[in-house]
Amino acid sequence: MTRFLVGTRKGLFRVEKQGPGQWTIADSWFLGDPVPMVLAQKQGDDILACLDLGHFGNKMRRTRDGGVTWREEIAPAYPEQAEGVKEVDPVRGLEVPWSVKLLWSLAAGPDGTLWCGTIPGGLFRSEDDGATWSLVESLWYDERRKKWSGGGYDFAGIHSILIHPGNPQHITVGVSVGGVWQSQDGGASWEVIGEGLRAEYMPPEMAHDPEAQDPHVIVSCAAAPEQLWMQHHNGIFRSHDWGRTWTEFHDVKPAVFGFAVAVHPKDPETAWFVPAIKDEQRIPAEARPVVTRTQDGGKSFTILSEGLPEPPAYDLVFRHALDINGDGSVLAFGSTTGSLWISEDQGESWQVVSEHLPPIYCVCADQ
Amino acid sequence: MVRISFTPNLLRHVQTPADAVEGDSIGAALEAYFQLNPTARTYVLDDQGMVRKHIAIFLNRDMIPASQALATEVQEQDELYVAQALSGG
Repeated sequence: MTRFLVGTRKGLFRVEKQGPGQWTIADSWFLGDPVPMVLAQKQGDDILACLDLGHFGNKMRRTRDGGVTWREEIAPAYPEQAEGVKEVDPVRGLEVPWSVKLLWSLAAGPDGTLWCGTIPGGLFRSEDDGATWSLVESLWYDERRKKWSGGGYDFAGIHSILIHPGNPQHITVGVSVGGVWQSQDGGASWEVIGEGLRAEYMPPEMAHDPEAQDPHVIVSCAAAPEQLWMQHHNGIFRSHDWGRTWTEFHDVKPAVFGFAVAVHPKDPETAWFVPAIKDEQRIPAEARPVVTRTQDGGKSFTILSEGLPEPPAYDLVFRHALDINGDGSVLAFGSTTGSLWISEDQGESWQVVSEHLPPIYCVCADQ
Repeated sequence: MVRISFTPNLLRHVQTPADAVEGDSIGAALEAYFQLNPTARTYVLDDQGMVRKHIAIFLNRDMIPASQALATEVQEQDELYVAQALSGG
């Protein structure tokens, strides 16, 4: 039975079903500590949790017994910065630190390789199941990376890592702000892709610059992994070819702005979004949190609100805080105001699990 | 020997018993301590080996600015205290 891991500003929680319609917070760990990302494997017995300890840096903790015991693991770290090497964020002018500011994304490849995306923009790889991590230098030292910039954070970051389930050499990452990058040789070389993406915030003649794009998150359909959905800073996009080309969907009500997207693992035509008004008004339209869903590949979108709060409600959902389980039967999402909802009917209706959690950073189905 | 002790706030995450180590600078003393207790290193120093932004180091009750701390010389019998600077919410 699927459980959901919920990483928050003040701890990690696990939600499980204890009876018909009875989803409950059954476990909690790291109370008081921010947990920006988790990776669950082996039906949730194996959990890798990222902790942002603020004063004491970013750490990794791992359980292999479903949360009974945890141990500290070596976390990704940047190599020594050579004397005289200095770069600045092109927007803010701040010096880019060669030091992990946030462990922001995790993924496991079909060959067991683990991947971690960080702020400020480093991609790390572990080929020994997390015992050690190494910076993917081909990307970090790529001169084109210096065009990446901070968005909501001071520095650019890698928030999405998609590994081809049949080819571990095929790696796609989403960068905020820096576009979509792809390697077909295991990370030895990289290509920036994304024809069709559009950045409304750029000068018009630069709107289609692939490196200027701000994908908020990118997801892939498990059964058809070349089929991607993206919630972008100013729109909703879909790709049929692993992100090489994209189609934008306009006029999606109530808004095309948001952070999160989930795609059905068996049906690439079905995807869910949690909209907010727009970038400078990051609240639900009419103070009414809703989910939007397409079941026809973006031809039409339905607004789903049964079980979600009546106005006024100001829940915002971060990019990693919406997930669907492995067989596509259960969805969950959580908000910055600490509300968590679950749906067992494809989003038609939602059950509130709690409205009193800390701000929610990520929601992750454990199978 | 230089005596090093740590904020008890670290104990939620990592064991940092007080110890006496050799070293002629704060950086050298910390390095000697981390040789004995490697897990504690990344809680105090960042990826580049610099004192973390929200860590404060006291030398005999004088707070040493983080940017100068590692190079600051220490003498026999000096006492270092690694503190958590006030910040956050």
